[in-house]
Amino acid sequence: MKVVVALKRVIDYNVKIRVKTDGTGVETANVKMSMNPFDEIALEEAVRLKEAGIVSEVIAVTLGTQACQDVLRTALAVGADRVVLIETDVELQPLAVATCLKAFVQKEQPRLVLLGKQAIDDDANQTGQMLAALLGWAQATNAFKLEIAGDHATVTREIDGGLETLEASLPVIVTADLRLNTPRYATLPNIMKAKKKTIESLLPADLGVDPSPRLKTLLVSDPPVRKPGIVVNSVTELVEKLRNEARVI
Amino acid sequence: MSAYRAPLKEMRFLVHELVGLKRLAELPQWAEITPDLLDQILDEAARFAEGVLSPLNAIGDRIGSIRSDDGSVTTPPGFKEAYQQFVEAGWNSIATPQEFEGQGLPRAIGTPVSEMWHGSNVAFTLCPLLTQGAIEAIHIAGSEALKQQYLPRMVSGEWAGTMNLTEPQAGSDLAALRTKAIPNGDHYLLHGQKIYITYGEQDFTSNIIHLVLARTPGAPAGIKGISLFLVPKFLVNEDGSLGARNDVHCVSLENKLGIHASPTCVMAYGDQGGAMGYLVGEENRGLEYMFIMMNAARFSVGMEGVGLAEAAYQHALKYARERVQGTPTGTDSHQRSSILGHPDVRRMLLTMRAHVEAGRAMAYQGSLYLDLAAHHPDASVRADYQTRVDVFIPVIKAWNTEMAVNMASLGIQVHGGMGYIEETGAAQFLRDARITSIYEGTTGIQCNDLIGRKVMRDQGRAMFALLAELEQELSAHLSAAHELEGSQIEASLKACDASSLKLFSELKVILNAAMVAVHTLKRATEWVVATSVDRSRHPEIFAGAWPYLKLTGNVLGGVMMAKAAQHSAQHLSAKEGDIDFFEAKIRTAHFFAFHVLSENEGLLATLTQGGQSIIDFPPNAF
Repeated sequence: MKVVVALKRVIDYNVKIRVKTDGTGVETANVKMSMNPFDEIALEEAVRLKEAGIVSEVIAVTLGTQACQDVLRTALAVGADRVVLIETDVELQPLAVATCLKAFVQKEQPRLVLLGKQAIDDDANQTGQMLAALLGWAQATNAFKLEIAGDHATVTREIDGGLETLEASLPVIVTADLRLNTPRYATLPNIMKAKKKTIESLLPADLGVDPSPRLKTLLVSDPPVRKPGIVVNSVTELVEKLRNEARVI
Repeated sequence: MSAYRAPLKEMRFLVHELVGLKRLAELPQWAEITPDLLDQILDEAARFAEGVLSPLNAIGDRIGSIRSDDGSVTTPPGFKEAYQQFVEAGWNSIATPQEFEGQGLPRAIGTPVSEMWHGSNVAFTLCPLLTQGAIEAIHIAGSEALKQQYLPRMVSGEWAGTMNLTEPQAGSDLAALRTKAIPNGDHYLLHGQKIYITYGEQDFTSNIIHLVLARTPGAPAGIKGISLFLVPKFLVNEDGSLGARNDVHCVSLENKLGIHASPTCVMAYGDQGGAMGYLVGEENRGLEYMFIMMNAARFSVGMEGVGLAEAAYQHALKYARERVQGTPTGTDSHQRSSILGHPDVRRMLLTMRAHVEAGRAMAYQGSLYLDLAAHHPDASVRADYQTRVDVFIPVIKAWNTEMAVNMASLGIQVHGGMGYIEETGAAQFLRDARITSIYEGTTGIQCNDLIGRKVMRDQGRAMFALLAELEQELSAHLSAAHELEGSQIEASLKACDASSLKLFSELKVILNAAMVAVHTLKRATEWVVATSVDRSRHPEIFAGAWPYLKLTGNVLGGVMMAKAAQHSAQHLSAKEGDIDFFEAKIRTAHFFAFHVLSENEGLLATLTQGGQSIIDFPPNAF
């Protein structure tokens, strides 16, 4: 059984995000980039399934420019068998990514697609769901635990106030939450070996997809600075302020 | 407690650009090391240092390694697991030979990686570092049988190694060594006591391979009668399985100022009849084998200095950003500010930053020389670089470790009173750094090595050659800087913007200051060579060994800072890359010129005129 893992290259989680002065987006020039942490978890889960003998091949795929090769090299070093770059330099939005992935999945015929539940840059939390809808597959998002037995996947997912367990028949889309696993560190010998493997390359056109953005970003700005608080002298004053100034009661 | 962050931007700038890995392409075995591979190695090492080693640093200091009555040693919580992760990730074998399943990567790549280990947790790192040294010794001098039996499992990290040199009466002077090795069939029986044995006992590995210096019966007195032995904690059977417990035991742990997580053992050999040991190489050549590894070992300790100083700087900077005290000194502002608003605090932080950058650049440069000296296909090129290495090593070791102690102390000063409280973690860097200027040859030993063996012995030939090369490089940079400034004036006139011009005129100041520094060191070297003709004045020269070494470090560091500024100006002029990073590079180099290179004339005066005051104060006058 094949599994496809979708990866996104994002600004590293340690970097303090800066908004571009012209308000068109956030600064990405000379900023450390790395694999989206939720995608790392998805990849780790795929590699564990392979180690458990459930999966025969792990294929990692990403969309973006040549620069995204570093994320794919990391995927190879962690245990992906094949890696594919769908090369494009347009601004990527969830629907375009899901459409490309759909075509890619139809080409590769995996029984399972793993994604991070969301990317830490735009926090859209859409790609996995859209991909499931486009393919007409079952979906289990925010996975906390994943078990595959025969033709069924049992997914425990984190929901408000507890856990929910779903069962789905394969093929299925699963998106990984934070506690699904703890990703391993790439080993030095594997980094060296990964260097010798090839990165396959495709264009969106090869998949018959036009990834042009359909949404327009109007303005990106810093969140407003929080105003300093005040100390009130009595409950009466508090109630008065809540009623007349904050207008919340 | 602030966490260590690997200074990847700085490391990449040095490795890719300033030191220039391109030179490694001359070495066939490393032709396939590409910039992107290197970036990936650095990224993964950074993840490991930040994610695994750094969180254990404070715990290691607070709890330390503990010895039980049965002689076993328990390392601090989490260390054993971290060691397992470390070897599983393959970091133990980064530099070890490929024939034993190591990665055999060049030192120019291993150096930034090791800096991350030192910066995040130096006490942990000593175990793999010592194992690395033991592997090298066995590889250089051991018989084929010893290599086959011990190296694979030391390279994999399944077993660790230690180095046993010091005895209570034999510290810097190994001639006084007394441990005995008596031939007994195919092996020897060792008797004696060794002290300061780093990770002499631990709970990381199933076996520990001790390399021990000892004397055979009838061996010549002094350093010419010392042999090297391999003494395993557990004897190894023919089939590779572990056999009987050998007669070597940790009898106590030292109570130290710092590196608490690293168990510093007193080791007893042969208390119950004799510890079985195997001769490494030939009898009476033990010290010679040690000397082959010495440059690498001293280099590593120099890198401990760089890593610790960087960590101390990061810690102090984070505190300074957050700590709000008063209004900015010397301004009319009534707005309370972080202590970064005070010029003296910024002076301290810049002092730390500039020294760390200079020390790192000098050491990375040295790492490339080490690779070229060891592996260049052309023997005469190897010999040339060996001369360069010989000059660089004592400077990298002593300048960087003394620097680390001073910078860690400044780091405490930035914290004010809170720095003196252990809870903030600033003091650990000072306590940990304090050993680095002592072990692997004290600063005094390094200074004597530089001024005596490396300068006086060849009448300064190697040093003058180095200085001539630096002078040439700087003049080339100076003419390039003139052109840069010219084109920049034109550009800013067109754009009606003079603000960027300042950096380009600063560049010329920086390059000129580095040139003056080179000339000062030339004068100092001329004085040493001229004065050394009169043998009776040698004590006076050695009395100036420290100012001479410090001056040399200032100059080597200063030239690297100037070159970094030159490269940065070129990027700024072409408007490419990380503008903030390159501007900061030029400003830091400017700071280094006025706050560090400005010491040089004083150091020269101390060297040429200060030695007499020491010689005139004989031991009995104290």
